[in-house]
Amino acid sequence: MVRVLIAEGRVIDPSQGIDGVRDVVIEDGKIKEVRERGKREGGKKAGGSRNVIAAEGMLVLPGLVDMHVHLREPGFEYKETIKTGTAAALRGGITSVCCMPNTNPVNDNSSVTEFIRKRAVQEGSCSVFPVGAITKGQRGEELAEFTMMYEAGCMAFSDDGRPVTDGMMMRRALEYSKILGAPVISHCEDLSLSAGGVMNEGLLSVTLGLKGIPSQAEEIMVARDIALAELTGGRLHIAHVSTARSVEIIRAAKKRGIADITAETCPHYFSITEEAVRNYDTNARVNPPLRRKRDVEAIMEGLRDGTIDAIATDHAPHHMDEKQREFDLAPSGISGLETSIGLSMRLVDDGVLSLTQLVEKMAFNPSAIAGLSKGTLKPGSDADVTIVDTKTEYSVDAVRFVSKGKNSPFDSWVLHARPAVTICNGKVHRWE
Amino acid sequence: MSLKSKDLTGIKELDTEDIELILDTAAGFKDVLGRDIKKVPALRGKTAVNLFYEPSTRTRTSFELAAKRLSTDVVNFSVSTSSVVKGESLRDTALTIQALGAALIIVRHPCSGAPHFLARHLEASVINAGDGTDEHPTQALLDLLTMREKRGGIKGLEVAIVGDILHSRVAKSNIYALLKLGAGVRLIGPPTLVPSCMEELGVRIFSDMDAGLEDADIIMMLRIQMERQGKGFFPSKEEYFKNWGLTARRLMLARKNAVVMHPGPMNRGVEIASDVADGRRSAILEQVTNGLAVRMAVLYLLSGVKW
Repeated sequence: MVRVLIAEGRVIDPSQGIDGVRDVVIEDGKIKEVRERGKREGGKKAGGSRNVIAAEGMLVLPGLVDMHVHLREPGFEYKETIKTGTAAALRGGITSVCCMPNTNPVNDNSSVTEFIRKRAVQEGSCSVFPVGAITKGQRGEELAEFTMMYEAGCMAFSDDGRPVTDGMMMRRALEYSKILGAPVISHCEDLSLSAGGVMNEGLLSVTLGLKGIPSQAEEIMVARDIALAELTGGRLHIAHVSTARSVEIIRAAKKRGIADITAETCPHYFSITEEAVRNYDTNARVNPPLRRKRDVEAIMEGLRDGTIDAIATDHAPHHMDEKQREFDLAPSGISGLETSIGLSMRLVDDGVLSLTQLVEKMAFNPSAIAGLSKGTLKPGSDADVTIVDTKTEYSVDAVRFVSKGKNSPFDSWVLHARPAVTICNGKVHRWE
Repeated sequence: MSLKSKDLTGIKELDTEDIELILDTAAGFKDVLGRDIKKVPALRGKTAVNLFYEPSTRTRTSFELAAKRLSTDVVNFSVSTSSVVKGESLRDTALTIQALGAALIIVRHPCSGAPHFLARHLEASVINAGDGTDEHPTQALLDLLTMREKRGGIKGLEVAIVGDILHSRVAKSNIYALLKLGAGVRLIGPPTLVPSCMEELGVRIFSDMDAGLEDADIIMMLRIQMERQGKGFFPSKEEYFKNWGLTARRLMLARKNAVVMHPGPMNRGVEIASDVADGRRSAILEQVTNGLAVRMAVLYLLSGVKW
């Protein structure tokens, strides 16, 4: 019997309404109990090993759940693999990731799903939940086999990276997925409006001579997909919300209460603006693009008032050679797993979110949206725990990321929240 | 005498002092160009490379000639015949050229920001000869020199720039330069090609050309790129000419001594009528001559050589 005691940390667990100093006991890969500190169990250490983690002054959170990650395998192993991506997740305090289907081959059938699951068990260091494609080959023409993929381990379906243009196809996806109750995760982008665009459209894009993507390219599709969710009663989750108007549209839809809608945003959409692109920094090229200050403020407000349910990274690792080139030719994406908690904690520092809300957005809600039994420290649940040191400042050093993707616009940022220990399915990983 | 930066990536990155220095230096070199022997030994032993990723005749020739007038060894690195077609990256190509001893790298590239990228990765001086839809700084500088010669100064001039502003690196460099030097700028063209957000820069925007030309001192016509046709920016070149072509009638709406400029190559009958292009007000060929002087000045000032 393997026992781990996490002693005297400040436990935040929204699923049980806990915010206070507690001890967490783990036994055989499961949470045994969360109890008042110092309480000794009777008899004690009758055989079995015991591992005490002193967590005084630190935050003890349910293992973080990142519902939007690109692990790149199969097909783009030079960018990232399941092995390196899940290791990077752990380093970032993330114990569960949902990986997007835009691999090669596309995860549009159960054998690819099975491959990912198997690889994750063999080489992965955190839990991996694949997201299946909405259409075969992500071509937007024919529905992929939802049930078969679901049974192989997919927990959601998404067009991420290659949005479904055809309204009828999206309608069918939202209707058909109801048999499983699994969400359809929509990458909202009107490709005719974003065509060729590489950054947010506005004065800055004009003066840099870069083709802009108007906010409306996202907002029109957010509105379309919400309308279709209301039409069909399907489960819609909106990925990487980046604009103020998208927040407004989602807020209004939630208020109407007709459709079952959830939404996520990413740390870069509440941490930086399009200004990061000013010197043609390809690490700040991301899709949807970084927007303006008013959008950043609206995203924060959306997180605060519950319009936006989850924080996901959209971790999109790329090889350095791909990013070290002309802005127009560099691929979009940010390597985000290892800066997620550090950047998100700034929301707490700034009074946007309480710690409880932060844990909801980064663990409990994404787990619930994806239908996972994660994001909680309830007795009997998987022993996924993230212990965060919030008191030691550090400078982000992208070159030293565990991820193969060093593409971060946050390189050399000074942050203060970072996992000291990540426990995944009972396995303890101590950092530094 | 030298510029504050090792590179000339754009007018955006210059201050008025830099701009004035380039113009004054160029005016000096114009004397050289008027001599019988049009060559000075200022940059003897230096190597400049024309690294052109886009077809160009006039800019490339102008830089080549400017370098030769300064006794610089100049090499044209043409993309189609180089290892670029074998898939070499911009960075590797530029590093190779630098390793061959080039001190000045003149780059034209279809991607905005390519010169900035090179400037960050190279010790050599990078000169932007046009990047995507960002800037074409030496064109703006030669335009300024032309305006200065024609009008004695830039401050207080009313300059109308007509055409495809959105995609024009010439227009953008001119706008930044003119605003820095205190000229008034009006942008005239179809709303599809003149982003309304540019008003935030402090320019005025007109879709009615007649109204926009009123009291203009300078009319700068831009080349309409034929590939824009059929992409929804404007319906046809005939309709374009009707709305935004510079005709003798329209020229009358500007100041009596208004100067007509065009960066070339012109589309006669599309953005400019032939009689205007060849007329008395046209400074189009003087622009070309001034281009040589301005490029000599830029090469000289970036080389760090004392003359």
